[in-house]
Order: sequence, then structure tokens, then C-alpha cells
Amino acid sequence: MSKILIIGQQADGKLSSSIAKVVAAAKLIGGEIEVAVFAKDGSAAAAEAAKLDGVTKVLQIDRAENDHALSAVVAPQVVELAKKGYSHVFAPGTTFGKDLLPRVAAKLGVQQVSDVMAVHGPTSFDRPIYAGNAILTVEAPAAPAVVATIRLASFAAVGSGGSAPVEKVSVDAALPSHTRFVKLEAQKSERPELQSAARVVSGGRALGSSENFKVIYALADKLKAGVGASRAAVDSGYVPNDMQVGQTGKIIAPELYFAIGISGAIQHLAGIKDARTIVAINKDAEAPIFEVADFGLVGDLFQVVPELTSKL
Amino acid sequence: MKALVSVKRVVDYNVRIQVKPDGSGVVTDGVKFSVNPFDEIAMEEAVRLREKGKVTEIVAVTIGGAKCEETLRTALAFGADRAVHVKEEGEVQPLTAAQALAAVFKKEGAQLFLLGKQAIDDDANQTGQMVAALLDLPQATFASKIELDGAKALVTREVDAGLETLEVDLPAVVTTDLRLNEPRYLKLPDIMKAKKKPIEVVSLGDLGVTAAAGLKATKTAAPPKRSKGVMVKTVDELVTALKGKGLI
Repeated sequence: MSKILIIGQQADGKLSSSIAKVVAAAKLIGGEIEVAVFAKDGSAAAAEAAKLDGVTKVLQIDRAENDHALSAVVAPQVVELAKKGYSHVFAPGTTFGKDLLPRVAAKLGVQQVSDVMAVHGPTSFDRPIYAGNAILTVEAPAAPAVVATIRLASFAAVGSGGSAPVEKVSVDAALPSHTRFVKLEAQKSERPELQSAARVVSGGRALGSSENFKVIYALADKLKAGVGASRAAVDSGYVPNDMQVGQTGKIIAPELYFAIGISGAIQHLAGIKDARTIVAINKDAEAPIFEVADFGLVGDLFQVVPELTSKL
Repeated sequence: MKALVSVKRVVDYNVRIQVKPDGSGVVTDGVKFSVNPFDEIAMEEAVRLREKGKVTEIVAVTIGGAKCEETLRTALAFGADRAVHVKEEGEVQPLTAAQALAAVFKKEGAQLFLLGKQAIDDDANQTGQMVAALLDLPQATFASKIELDGAKALVTREVDAGLETLEVDLPAVVTTDLRLNEPRYLKLPDIMKAKKKPIEVVSLGDLGVTAAAGLKATKTAAPPKRSKGVMVKTVDELVTALKGKGLI
């Protein structure tokens, strides 16, 4: 029977919402599902994990060094824990999980499965390649363990009506001091974060200038949406790099996406494939963006967008 | 200080990916290949660190078949002093790649290993972390700023919660994200000069690496296709349509 170890990402003692989605993926395999919380004091996060439906046990590993959950520090502990009869080690496809898990996999000598988007069986998974332009089905070696990160956009969170036991565990592992936390600057923007926003409004080259992007911001504010941009808009210097949506930028999956003045280059489309509904506004009726849009409107964005903003 | 930069040859980001009808992979015959964009950023960063006097020698490394020489020539045109080609015509998965790169890093005695956070073909996002694990070195992934200070580096990382800064002792592995820099355009004289720079060819065996048991690909499929939606004529129509679907 499977015995799955999930790395219970936490920050400041609070369990990441991603864990409920990782548990959902683990439930498709079945067996025992244990969540390990590595923290300075993981009591609160462990209690949250214990409530997640399907979790059979929570392991609380408290150590002062776990305060900032640095991969170099957490990985040796996960490796020690993983050797205790686990068939699977899962982590969320967050920057935390992506940073940590390959370090664990390499130490265990196994090839990791990144970004699991579907579970066919204990060792068979789908994962996206080429920015989601192809889906690869892989068979992972079962021994010593299957190590995988879970793509969050692909699984719905489990409920929290459970009551699994929490066990305080000490893990005997030498921890390095070569990596030190300095600071975390949280996003200052009032707007929702691009990658987790339910709604995103993006502007393209047709905006023409940094100044003109104000029409995009106004619509986004009305919709309480995150703001993105095409590579062309970023390369033209209208907005900073971190707003780029696309294959080499951010890959997003909002409920509602507005592509404004964006022609729809392949590299941009790769970043919005998983958007639930795409609205395209462009003055060029032949723009490829209309091929993938659920709703298309041909028109001058400088008239259409302010009008739309005023009517919402 | 010596920096090692790994560069991977990948299908160019502008190519429309086609899945082969028999599900055995994606079409790579006759399509344009380029240096993985994230590795290009790593290469640019190494050159900038040298321009600042922090790095004295840059060695580029790649793993792959004969065609990867082009990839190394691009790295050399950016400014690498010399290159190492780990020649392997077969598929190399991240753990095997990491073993080979770790061996090269050790052999070179480099202090800094720069590489892209992921390659845009397999999107695995594993190799840098695995190299760090195998060598028990610090890792700083998704870097948007790198400052070298003697035997230490301050690295700002793009994480979900914002920007995290780590201090790591050198040697260290740093993987590069989009915001770190904008790679320069290569000039013809640099491209010409790159043709004369030395490339050392080694095999996985020379590095003491035997391919690890990897993932077995059983099928490659095209993603579900989005169907073309409806065209609306006016803003009012659009608002009505979005309201109708409960989206606003």
C-alpha cells in the first residue's frame, strides 16, 4: 500500500493553502497520507494540516533552524524522513516546493516528476512540457520512492473536516549553515498577485507607452484584477519584466483573462492556456488572439477599454 | 574567481510546438533551436560580473549531441573564455545532467555555478537544485539580483511571497529568473572571435557518470484545444455576455 509524505509548506506558522491541493492529488493514489510540517513552532500549521480530508497523520518537526524553511536546511530532514518506508514524497508546485524537492530527489538518487497535472496510478502521471503545449505521460520508477511536485492549477482543494493525529517528531540530520536568510520583501502592490489572481488584465504593444497603460490599470482596479503584459510590451519598456505573461514569463490560470492590444504570439498564448475565459480586445480582426478567445471585440482599445471600465 | 555557466539547446521559444501524431514526442526536425532563454540570462550575468571585476574566468558547459556545439559557440560569443561539451546523443534527464555538471564544476574548481531556473523544453526546474544537492553546496534559485562579496553572495530570489534575499557562502549554485537582466545582442566580431575559442569534448563516462534510472515517457499528447468563441460587436454586448456567464 502507498504511504505518501507531503511536505507541509508553512510560513510564519501558517499552513500554505497549496497543501489542500497536494492532498487532493495524493488521495487519487490512496493509502496513508502524512503531512510533515517543518517550522520553528509548527503547532498551528500542523493543526490545520490535521483537518484536511484524507490526511492520516501529521508530523511536526520543530527546530529553530526551520524558521525560514530554507531548502538547504529542510532537505536533509526530508531525506531522513523519506527513508522511513514512504512510497511517495510530494510537495506543492510553489516556488518553495520547486526549490526544495529536487534537492531531496537528488539525495535519494531518484528522478523527480515536476508539475504533476493528472494521476493515472501510483507511478503514472501527466505533466506539462513546452509551457503546456504538450502533455507528457510518464512512468516513474517506484523505488526508492516517487518524488513529485504537484501543479496547483490542476487539483481542487480537499475540505477540512478531518482530525488526523499530530505527532511531534525529531529528525536526526546534520544541517548546514552555508545558507542564511536575510529578508523577505512582500509584494507591495495593492493589486492581486498575478499568478494567483482570479482575474487578470494584460496589455500589449498596442498600448504604445508606459503612460497609456493607465487604461489597463483602471480596468484592472474596477475588476479587482491583477495586471500583466505581453513580452512585446515588456520589451518596449512600457512595464517591468515581472509583469510578463507567457512562456518565458509567468504562466497563469485565472478565471477571467483580458488580452488587450495583444496580438497573441505563441509565446504569450503558452502563458494563458489554462485561463477559464479569455476576452480579447484588438483593432486587428485577424489577430491570432481571437482564435483562442471566448469573447472577442474588434475595436480601438483607447475607446473600448474606458467604456468597458465605466460600464462595469 | 571562476564561474561555470551551463547552457542548453532547446526548441526556440517562438516555435509552435507540434505533437507527433503517434504520440512519441514533439516534432523537432526542421525547427529552429536556440539557447534556453533562462541560460542566456545566466550567461549575461556571468559576463556582467566579470565586467565588474568579480569574476575572472567564465567556462560554459553543455550536455548533448553534436549540434550543441552551436549552443556553446553562442555562449562563447557572449564572452565565455572556453567551453566544455559533454557529448551525449541520447536523452539526458535532470538527475543525470546534474551528476555530469557537478563533476565538471568540481573538476574546474569553480566558485559560482550559474544556470537558468528551467529549460523551456522539459520545464523540469530541477537541475540547479540537484547539482547543489550532489555537491552539498548552497543554492539560490530564481535569482533576480546577485551581488558577490568576497567569499559570499547575496542573492535576491523571486518567490511566491515576494522577493527573498539569501546570503550564501561560495561556492554556490544560482539559478536565474527573467528579471535578473536583459541579455545583450551579440555583435559580429564577438561571433567571429567565438569560433576560435577552445571547446573541450568529454563523455558522461569520462566524468564517471552512468545515467540514473529516469522517467519513462509513455505518451506525448497535445493539450485540449481551446475552441474559438464568439465575436461581440459592442462593449454592451460584451458586458452582457460576461454577466451571463457570471464572470462579472
